[in-house]
Amino acid sequence: MKDFAQRALETARARGASYADVRVTDIRQRYLSTKNGQPAQVRESESSGLGVRVVAEGAWGFAATDDLSRASVDRTAAQAVSIAQASALCQKHAVSLAPETKVVDRWVAPCRLDPFTVPVSTCLDLLLKVDAELRRVEGVTLAEAVLDFRRLEQLFVSSQGSEIYQVKTQTGAGFVATSFLGNEIQRRSYPNSFGGQYQTKGYELVEELDLVGQAPRIAEEAVALHRAAQCPSGVKDLILGSGQLGLQIHESIGHPIELDRVLGSEANYAGMSFLTLEKLGQLQYASPIVNVVADATPAHGPGLGTFAYDDEGVPAQCTPIIKDGLFVGYLTSRETAAAIGQPRSSGAMRAEAWNRIPLIRMTNVSLLPGQGTLEELIASTDDGIYMETNRSWSIDDRRYNFQFGTEIGWEIKNGKVTRMLKNPTYAGITTEFWNSCDAICGFEAWTLWGTPNCGKGQPPQTMGTGHGASPARFRKVQVGVAYSG
Amino acid sequence: MLTRQHAEEIFAKVLKYSTADETEAIISSTAYALTRFANNTIHQNVAEEGGALSVRVVLDRRMARASTNKFDEASIRQTCEAALTLARLQPPDPELLPMPGPQTFRAVHRFHKETAQLTPQARAETVRQVIARAEKDGLTAAGIFSSGCFAMGLFNSRGLAAFHDETVSEFSVTMLGESSSGWAKKTSPNCRELQPEALADRAARKALESREPREIEPGKYTVILEPAAVLDLLGYLFSDFAGLAIHEKRSCLTGRVGQQVFGANINVRDDVYHPRQSGAPFDGEGVPRQRVTLIEQGVVKGVVYARQTAHKTGAEPTGHGLPLPNEIGETPVNIVMEGGRTSIQEMIRSTKRGLLVTRLWYIREVDPYQKILTGMTRDGTFWIEDGKVQYGLRNLRFNQSIIEMLGQVEMMSPPERAAGEETFDMVVPAMKVRDFSFSSLTKF
Repeated sequence: MKDFAQRALETARARGASYADVRVTDIRQRYLSTKNGQPAQVRESESSGLGVRVVAEGAWGFAATDDLSRASVDRTAAQAVSIAQASALCQKHAVSLAPETKVVDRWVAPCRLDPFTVPVSTCLDLLLKVDAELRRVEGVTLAEAVLDFRRLEQLFVSSQGSEIYQVKTQTGAGFVATSFLGNEIQRRSYPNSFGGQYQTKGYELVEELDLVGQAPRIAEEAVALHRAAQCPSGVKDLILGSGQLGLQIHESIGHPIELDRVLGSEANYAGMSFLTLEKLGQLQYASPIVNVVADATPAHGPGLGTFAYDDEGVPAQCTPIIKDGLFVGYLTSRETAAAIGQPRSSGAMRAEAWNRIPLIRMTNVSLLPGQGTLEELIASTDDGIYMETNRSWSIDDRRYNFQFGTEIGWEIKNGKVTRMLKNPTYAGITTEFWNSCDAICGFEAWTLWGTPNCGKGQPPQTMGTGHGASPARFRKVQVGVAYSG
Repeated sequence: MLTRQHAEEIFAKVLKYSTADETEAIISSTAYALTRFANNTIHQNVAEEGGALSVRVVLDRRMARASTNKFDEASIRQTCEAALTLARLQPPDPELLPMPGPQTFRAVHRFHKETAQLTPQARAETVRQVIARAEKDGLTAAGIFSSGCFAMGLFNSRGLAAFHDETVSEFSVTMLGESSSGWAKKTSPNCRELQPEALADRAARKALESREPREIEPGKYTVILEPAAVLDLLGYLFSDFAGLAIHEKRSCLTGRVGQQVFGANINVRDDVYHPRQSGAPFDGEGVPRQRVTLIEQGVVKGVVYARQTAHKTGAEPTGHGLPLPNEIGETPVNIVMEGGRTSIQEMIRSTKRGLLVTRLWYIREVDPYQKILTGMTRDGTFWIEDGKVQYGLRNLRFNQSIIEMLGQVEMMSPPERAAGEETFDMVVPAMKVRDFSFSSLTKF
């Protein structure tokens, strides 16, 4: 890896790059799924290549190849410079990067049990056991279970002398029970939607999740939803389970704090942000009990947004985003930090693979825990709804108006759960919603969730992000919106 | 770029290393570049080239797939061995069909040399002109200009050999004003058809004409949806026209095949051979794609089937299967919807009160059987009154069943190739729809 990377750097500089960095990346994946008693997918893939990012004549260029021959590496580095020179035709200001010191380091994410060493037969047996438990419940028409393992190995070198080698192993696991009855399709997922739970961890995650043990309850809920009452429409106090709250954080805090979005870089696709620069340090984003951080450090937990260095060689950091409800921080890169006069990048740049440039991506954007248990929170709620596990999600292109649907809800009356609700939805405006938060459960109820499929950029890239959350309550939220028309 | 001969040579090596009963390989290569601009500057400019080899093996009805992005001998051998190892660990599937034999394909010509050879300098020059157009009106431009080519060969040990190559190009532009925005986008295998300056002009006019947007109350309104808006809604419907989805009861068409589900003016087919379509004339197993009528005069007429699903359900395969193994089965990917003869301008003139919508955004499925979708308007939403566009509107959220919507279509334009952001390109008309349900507003 190092020889290719250094060669690409040398060629880029010889061709006129004032700055260059190179990533050589190898990604291995094993994906196993079952459906209704049979293996559905059993596949392995490996993809490796090299991406060269340069600044030449004050503008950016990038080229990537999977051909790691000397001639191809030279050609790719030269191509990156040529592309930068083309960019310079439409350049208003030269690229300026916030300073960063050179780093030579190596980091391997902790992984107790390498999932690639777990026999495939063991994995399939587990999935088929889950499947059998799901289909034991009459009314389940589709049972699906998944295990998803990835190993990301990367060498980063830069013209500033950095040389950083990192290895991350990620594991994902989950299942879904779907039930069709009459004119309705209901489903329940465990431990979360989007394929389940994902962390930067080994197979030990699968062992922690108790997939077989949870399957009967989830299957029964999928079928019971047909008999449940429709979620009412109106204004209610809303308690969100931690999995759903993780996605709420992702969409209505994580994305708007991406500084490249604020500055207009994503205007043609993913959109912009309502968090314009004058709001930093001024906007009461949320109620005073709300504290949010973007924390990529391993101390925060084995999230999908955990690493030692980002893809610009900037060390992982914990960046306060919302402190006592006040908006205090963005996710930044070296270029965007410089653009707003910040002394350093917050280390949030990551690329999906060797053939993509790094973009500002959420790390682990987490709501810090409060106090108390979910049971205590429910007991202190007179008239509300508890919603769990995402089913639909949508937000406008500046991150104000959102609407979410969950798989299941429960009505709360006078501090007690009374009945199951189906097709729950809720909607709001981001800052109004977060300012209505009046209770957050404690650390015992806090989970660091993984969202494996966050999309951004052109050409599009997918990235894993982490979101820690405990259940929390929000007052006077519009619920039942999607079915009321 | 991969040639058919090179793909065949690679497959020959795959056969050398595979000891399976049956072996299939999908061999592909991509060369792609994208120039991205924002704030009237090119801020990202990228290019990539790479290949992929995906090997599927069947050993005593046990199947697995392994992939690599390398074509050297050692990588081919390792990939074959990985697939064989995985296959041996499977239980046998008694319903697994043998791979298909040799097929005959109808040719489609979607490779344009000029598009394949478009340079970053040429893209930058086009972007420079678009930026100049933005600056003329005090607007900020953001967008992309991309081009590239890909080639794919699919071969199996029973003698099937399929090859397809194609160029791609795309121009998308958002024009931003102080209080408004406009958008336009086009894709084509032939970059000459993009007409970036015309797209820039259209987006700029939308931004200028929707300045100082006003609010309307949420409710049900007549809407005129431009083709990109229609496309991004329809994208959530057509994966339900799949045999396996219906068989497994996860489709909104479960129990509805053969019924009048949509308005009598709705006619849709899947047709890879349409001159405005893209893609290969064969599916993920190398079976030739057939034209399939999906909706005829509002009746759910046809559904697509992979070989395996057809075998399971007693239907005939239609050449829409995804590469095996997969959980989905099959999906239509070349949607062509018939339209009418009414232009968007005529639709506007015929509207007493309603909205004109350029595009929709962040569309998600709220209910999988009623097919209620939610999303936002974006980049050019207008109020129409007494047959004229009156002013721009603040964007709105909708919650609308697409099944109901397709029963409320009053007018359609001639269809055109459209591109959005939520789904693959389609050939679709603009539509005037009554009683489209908006549930809330946003702040811009």
